[in-house]
Amino acid sequence: MFESCKVRIIDYGVGNTASVSNALSLLGVKAVITKDKKEIEKSTHLILPGVGSFGEGMTNLKKNGLDNLIKNQVLSKGKKILGICLGMQLLASKGFEYGEHDGLEIIPGKVIKIDNSISKLHLPHIGWNNVNLIGNHKITRGFEKEPIFYFVHSFHFVPENNECVAGVCDYGEKIVSILEHQNIFGVQFHPEKSHDDGFHILRNFLSI
Amino acid sequence: MLKPRLIPVLLLKNGILVRSRTFNFHQSTGDPIGQVERFVSWKADELIYLDITRSGMYDVEKTMNVIGSTTSKKNSLSEIPDNFVDIIRCISPKCTIPLTAGGGIRSLDNISLLLKNGADKVSINTKALEEPSFIESAAKKFGSQCIVVSVDVKYDDISHQYEVYSEFGKKPTGHEPVSWCQEVEKLGAGEILLNSINRDGTGNGYDLPLIKKVAEKVSIPVIALGGVGTFAHLAEGLIKGKADAVAAANVFHFTEHSIINAKKYMKSAGIDVRI
Repeated sequence: MFESCKVRIIDYGVGNTASVSNALSLLGVKAVITKDKKEIEKSTHLILPGVGSFGEGMTNLKKNGLDNLIKNQVLSKGKKILGICLGMQLLASKGFEYGEHDGLEIIPGKVIKIDNSISKLHLPHIGWNNVNLIGNHKITRGFEKEPIFYFVHSFHFVPENNECVAGVCDYGEKIVSILEHQNIFGVQFHPEKSHDDGFHILRNFLSI
Repeated sequence: MLKPRLIPVLLLKNGILVRSRTFNFHQSTGDPIGQVERFVSWKADELIYLDITRSGMYDVEKTMNVIGSTTSKKNSLSEIPDNFVDIIRCISPKCTIPLTAGGGIRSLDNISLLLKNGADKVSINTKALEEPSFIESAAKKFGSQCIVVSVDVKYDDISHQYEVYSEFGKKPTGHEPVSWCQEVEKLGAGEILLNSINRDGTGNGYDLPLIKKVAEKVSIPVIALGGVGTFAHLAEGLIKGKADAVAAANVFHFTEHSIINAKKYMKSAGIDVRI
């Protein structure tokens, strides 16, 4: 079904790359986990996974020269990219986890800690939460009811321009859960661990 | 809103699934790999696999008799003594929900190996008590989100005190559970798996006062474990115990569609579970 997709999962040392590649295998897609420039240049679809902290994520991307490579592939070559969890957050201009760090600056916005001062909800935000879909977006098409996804994070993406927001969930405040801007996509949850609804998102991404 | 999680815990001893009672008695319940797809399709919210093998070596022949029929990894399994990792590797491709692996983790390399083989989180217990700074190193290296600290607590009927135990409930540590859980949080744990040794396998329900005490005093999620005998106990853990998630082992083993029925019950008790 996705024969023409050349999926490269970017390996920068902080991702749960095995889970992402397992999920794609179940969809019949053989993805390559790589940090090799030539491999990444061959892609049609890039996936930027990620668990861990913003600063460490950026440091690891820079160490391998992946930051400029990703920007070039996505912004100049128009490659499709899906950022997952930290991978979505790194698309921002700045992150404020353990200090202030520059992000990839692909989608203008900042990544800040979830404010639980009023809600008193436990952090990290861990578990299954339903996502309220907003507008007409390619990444969210075909859902018949409100989807539910698995989240695990303490920081969240606050974009400068809300037009790119395709879904939000509620955890004491509105949490941007799905982003779409032209060829750029991001999900705060883990589609690879969100059973049917997560696989629906992955299928949508691969069909774009 | 966030849905409270229902988490089956699968205990592995010598590579086969067992049920446990007060951390002492273990009865075999079968194949660790075949269960995954069923639990996932029944809408379990996560799976926790705990290896409770004490000797460190597996009875491979016995293991093979049980799991040989459902896995083609027969040869490689018998070649690898530390085959908990191998089991996790077989489970993870089928596990489209989060997978936690724990039991006998002693080093950052152990964690790394489990994560590389498809675990999403790891559960640490004895090592955290022996060397609390290990939690910090693990959280720094892998991120808090994948570090679950498992805390086994025993209630003493005579002194009326709770105490944290290590080494599969064998060794008293002198730690009081609330302060230990607060310390664990400060060191960077992402979640606490709180287990009652007295209640384990009894079917008498969670130790609700213990769970409530801890859940109200920490700001990270608490997963309740130990004692579930009925689906009503699961609801109690969330409503009375204030846990963020409820886990159980034995109650799910012997009944078909156990998770589906448990969730139906929870829904009828007014809990917004994922169905």
